[in-house]
Amino acid sequence: MSDPMRATDVRESAEPTVALSLRSLTKRFGGKDAVRDITLDVPAGSFYGLVGPNGAGKTTTLSMATGLLRPDRGQAFVYGLDVWGSPLAAKKLIGVLPDGLRLFDRLSGEQLITYSGLLRGMGREVVAQRVADLLHAFDLEADAGTLVVDYSAGMTKKIALASALVHAPKLLVLDEPFESVDPVSAANIRDILARFVSSGGTVILSSHGMDLVQRICDHVAVVAAGTILASGPIDQVCGGLSLEDRFVQLVGGRNQTGSLPWLRTS
Amino acid sequence: MVAHLVRLRLQLLRNSLRRSPAQLVGVLLGAAYGLVMLGIVVSALFSLRSANLSDLRVVLVLGGSVLVLAWAILPVVAAGMDMSLDPRRFATFAVPPRELLTGLALAGLLGVPGLVTALIAALVAVAWAGFPLAAGVALLCAGPAVALCVVSSRLVSTVLTLFAASRRLREIGRLFLLLPVLLLGPLMAGLLLVADWSAGFADTLAVVAGWTPAGFFWAAPADVADGRYGSAALRMILGAATIAVLVWGWKSAVERTLVTASHERLSGKSASGVGLFRHFPARPAGAVAARALTYWTRDPRYAAGIVIVPLLPVILWSIGTLFSDGSAALMALAPITAFLLAWSIATDVSYDGTAFWLHAASGVDGRADRLGRAGALLLFAIPTVIFFGLGAVLFAGRLHDAPAMIGVSLGILLSGTGLASVMSALFIHAAPRAGDSPFARQPGSGFLIFAGQFAGWTALSILLLPQSIVALIYLATGNPAVGWATLGAGVVLGLLNLGLGVLLGGWLYNQRVPEILRSVVTHG
Repeated sequence: MSDPMRATDVRESAEPTVALSLRSLTKRFGGKDAVRDITLDVPAGSFYGLVGPNGAGKTTTLSMATGLLRPDRGQAFVYGLDVWGSPLAAKKLIGVLPDGLRLFDRLSGEQLITYSGLLRGMGREVVAQRVADLLHAFDLEADAGTLVVDYSAGMTKKIALASALVHAPKLLVLDEPFESVDPVSAANIRDILARFVSSGGTVILSSHGMDLVQRICDHVAVVAAGTILASGPIDQVCGGLSLEDRFVQLVGGRNQTGSLPWLRTS
Repeated sequence: MVAHLVRLRLQLLRNSLRRSPAQLVGVLLGAAYGLVMLGIVVSALFSLRSANLSDLRVVLVLGGSVLVLAWAILPVVAAGMDMSLDPRRFATFAVPPRELLTGLALAGLLGVPGLVTALIAALVAVAWAGFPLAAGVALLCAGPAVALCVVSSRLVSTVLTLFAASRRLREIGRLFLLLPVLLLGPLMAGLLLVADWSAGFADTLAVVAGWTPAGFFWAAPADVADGRYGSAALRMILGAATIAVLVWGWKSAVERTLVTASHERLSGKSASGVGLFRHFPARPAGAVAARALTYWTRDPRYAAGIVIVPLLPVILWSIGTLFSDGSAALMALAPITAFLLAWSIATDVSYDGTAFWLHAASGVDGRADRLGRAGALLLFAIPTVIFFGLGAVLFAGRLHDAPAMIGVSLGILLSGTGLASVMSALFIHAAPRAGDSPFARQPGSGFLIFAGQFAGWTALSILLLPQSIVALIYLATGNPAVGWATLGAGVVLGLLNLGLGVLLGGWLYNQRVPEILRSVVTHG
């Protein structure tokens, strides 16, 4: 029986110890720098958190890292493979969970994971086995036959995450994986991701939740206005502060004066 | 409030234009098209000044009634409605219904079709220049006539929105709702058929139309010109009553939509197992085909594009009978069906919308993607086209034409599918999202779609040139050997074009995956 949560061949191979390497990634949208010169190394086997205020360029960065958005300048490497030079080979190693994009939601949950597996060129038997395992791991067995369009927001996240895992990627790139997921499911997802990392896989996720990132990630990068303000092992970045305090210190912009005097009930 | 809604409409239009310059081009071309149409109608109205009373009555009453009907049907048929001012969007802002309705009606008037209609209605008075009093009445009726157009169209679109609140009804029910509308053409053709045109049938039709809600306001000036003031007054009263009833219906429909939760109800639909995925080869192309075919059966947007196909035999036969011979017109059945089916996948990626990211992230090879989509279509399109082709020649008692008929039709289907495989990798346009009304559209996209399609049609007619020549030779000579040659040419060249289309489309796809994803994200 194969375990889709287990990243294969990571420890055996003498590959680079950097799972994802971004070099001077730059993207402009309508005359405005969305991402400027982002350089970042995600060590293999790390659980990397990407935090930043809204519009900081997290999604743009992750899209360029996974071959979904062509950068204006710069490069992205996944285990040494150039994402934009040999996209097909690089994409085999990556599992992606985008934020704000739709799914093929006229498929049932089971069909969607199956489709994701078959699109990756996997065999029917392997796909069937892994789909069963994933539905079980994400506690979606009861809703396997329900169309994804009828899923709740949290279930939709889970099925999308399951689809990202089906081909046993070595690197998981997750954009806001915990948004609108209930606490129990979030705990399950954390366990699954932690097991994935402990078996040699690498996770990079973006999040607004500082507590969550501090709790589950071992590395963190703080992004604001399209650039990286700090990155590295989480203790090193925080320097004794909580991540939230350190984040506010780095990003700044706390608004002390806007007290909205009219917003009173009496 | 009313001014707010009108400004909102203009702002929405401006913002959508700012987002995509291509849409600006679309709106400008649409406006140009509207201007040309306006020019033609206006010059016709001017030339009518010298016509006699009975001709005036026939032309203006029939033309006007068709105009009103067109507005009422507009939200249902493919022309689509701009749903940017969906009343549901105002549900959270306690807007007084009266102001909401007035605002929505005025906003509905703002647009190329609304302005053109208003101008035409006003200029009808010009045609009545020979009868000053009638011209005055025509001017008086212009406002209510335009109001009738706008209100009936809004009523229909709001009722459709209500239907849409229940998805099960939307998935299938809406398509059935379409059937009577689509059959309207053949029905009218049938009516015209029964009538004897030489015996002043148009006059009779004009008299009948003049006493329908669509015709009240157009027939009143004719009555005045005729000196029948009582009947004119009656029509205007009846017309006003019609507007009142429609407004009342629209108001209650809007009130219903405001309290109907807009989020989708559970359909309760579920699929056991992996469905079609089990029956297709376990390869990327097979998976794409299984997924596409699942969508053909589950997503009304796909069915909406081809819902006319099962009705084509009736439509063609009635049109043919109208002019000469029904079975002769049926000869066009299989080729037209082939074209419609092949063309329906030119918009495939646009229909995927942002869900397309899965293909982009999975690193699906473009050829597999193209092949899967084309395969899913051909799986039911080839039997349909052959069935229609054989049926038509059998019906016409021209079985000897079968090879040529099948050859031409399959040629169109296969070559068209190949071309559509290239098109859908090149042109992404704003398409209704899964779950939206299949007929929703964004302002300005209509003309762009049309321009892209026109380029495609031109390319297709070039691709079909060789087999058309063989088919023409067969038509001229009737030589059975040439008939079989037509079959051969259609199938061989069709397969060749299909193969080339999949390869070229696949190559373009591989080059452009991020750009394709970017355009669906922009449009979605």
